[in-house]
Amino acid sequence: MPSLKDLRNRITSVKSTQKITRAMQMVSAAKLRRAQESAEQARPYSERMSRLLSSVAANLPSLEGAPPLMVGTGNDQVHLVIVMTAERGLCGAFNTQVTRRTRRHVKELRDAGKQVKLLLIGKKGNDSLRRDFDDIIIDYVTLREMRAPSYARANEIAQDVIGRFGVGEFDVCTIIFNAFKSVISQELNVQQLIPLPTGDEGDEAAAPDLGGAIYEYEPEETELLADLIPRNMAVQIFKAMLESGAAEQAARMTAMDNATRNAGDMIDRLTLLYNRTRQAMITKELIEIVSGADAL
Amino acid sequence: MLTFELVSPERLLLSVQASQVSLPGAEGDMGVLPGHAPMIASLRPGVIEVEGEIDADEARIFVGGGVIEVAQDRLVVLADEALPVSQLDRAGLDQRIQNTREDIEDAKDDEARLKAEARLQHLQDLVAAIG
Repeated sequence: MPSLKDLRNRITSVKSTQKITRAMQMVSAAKLRRAQESAEQARPYSERMSRLLSSVAANLPSLEGAPPLMVGTGNDQVHLVIVMTAERGLCGAFNTQVTRRTRRHVKELRDAGKQVKLLLIGKKGNDSLRRDFDDIIIDYVTLREMRAPSYARANEIAQDVIGRFGVGEFDVCTIIFNAFKSVISQELNVQQLIPLPTGDEGDEAAAPDLGGAIYEYEPEETELLADLIPRNMAVQIFKAMLESGAAEQAARMTAMDNATRNAGDMIDRLTLLYNRTRQAMITKELIEIVSGADAL
Repeated sequence: MLTFELVSPERLLLSVQASQVSLPGAEGDMGVLPGHAPMIASLRPGVIEVEGEIDADEARIFVGGGVIEVAQDRLVVLADEALPVSQLDRAGLDQRIQNTREDIEDAKDDEARLKAEARLQHLQDLVAAIG
């Protein structure tokens, strides 16, 4: 049986752990609100961008001469997978979800006889995937230095990916990230970036009614597309960063809430055990005194 | 009147009523008046000038390239980077150009040099916008 002193020490240590988890929960709640706001504010741009893009693409006279970023290289032998995870842990299954999905994705592609390359965004993904896939990781980007996702950073990553595509390092590019669904749940997204998926018009804003008129394009459609698509890449990556950021805070908030509650339960259990032990010792001493007196 | 909206990837920067907007189009400067036909066009780095219900020091805006959409008396500018010209500071820019030039000379590999050169080009566009 543990001594009273041991029990007291354990209770104090669980109490200080609870203080930490409670503080982390509150910090995450504040950060979540900010992350959600910036995701909300970024929406007008990405909505308009995808609407413009589909409008231009739909008016393209023919797919011949269309930028390869849109139509692909005609191959699908080499796949690049961009994996977006968090910079920090202690956020429940947030990072594991992404890495597990990545492993499955890589396995599926390999089973189909494809070659896979990985580009990692976020430290946690690097920590866990580096061990198994060191030879196929082509780059690792950390977002540690940033307090909030910035478009400039997303654009840098997009330019890098486009550059690699330009020199034929891969044929198909997909991105895996956690999207914010609600405070208690994240949705794992696997989204194709290159070639640009067509017919995916789910989250577009309604096109304005032009009263039968049609758009003029300047410069002509093909050139305009060549300008729009890289921008769209950057926007998609930026969107993924924002979503992932909000989802991370939400996941951490939930995880820390659970941890605080568990710590509370544990403190209750330990206090009960402490009191019982104390009572048992008192009873034991009394019995010893009484039986000592009887023996006389 | 024409609704002029300036949107950056991060947020909606500006939404005002304008009587005329001049833009640095990719194939030449252009002006948009109310009643303009629907149009999608791309921009080169340069200055947008807005005439309408807008403060004088915000009426000239530098953009680092972008795309515009005109439809139904609504002009939406999707800009990568936007900054009122009045907030650009000549002396500070000159200093940064100087620094960037040194970066280009000191660059260790091609990648670093290309990045620095892109930055220099960008800074020179900004200076041209003030001048």
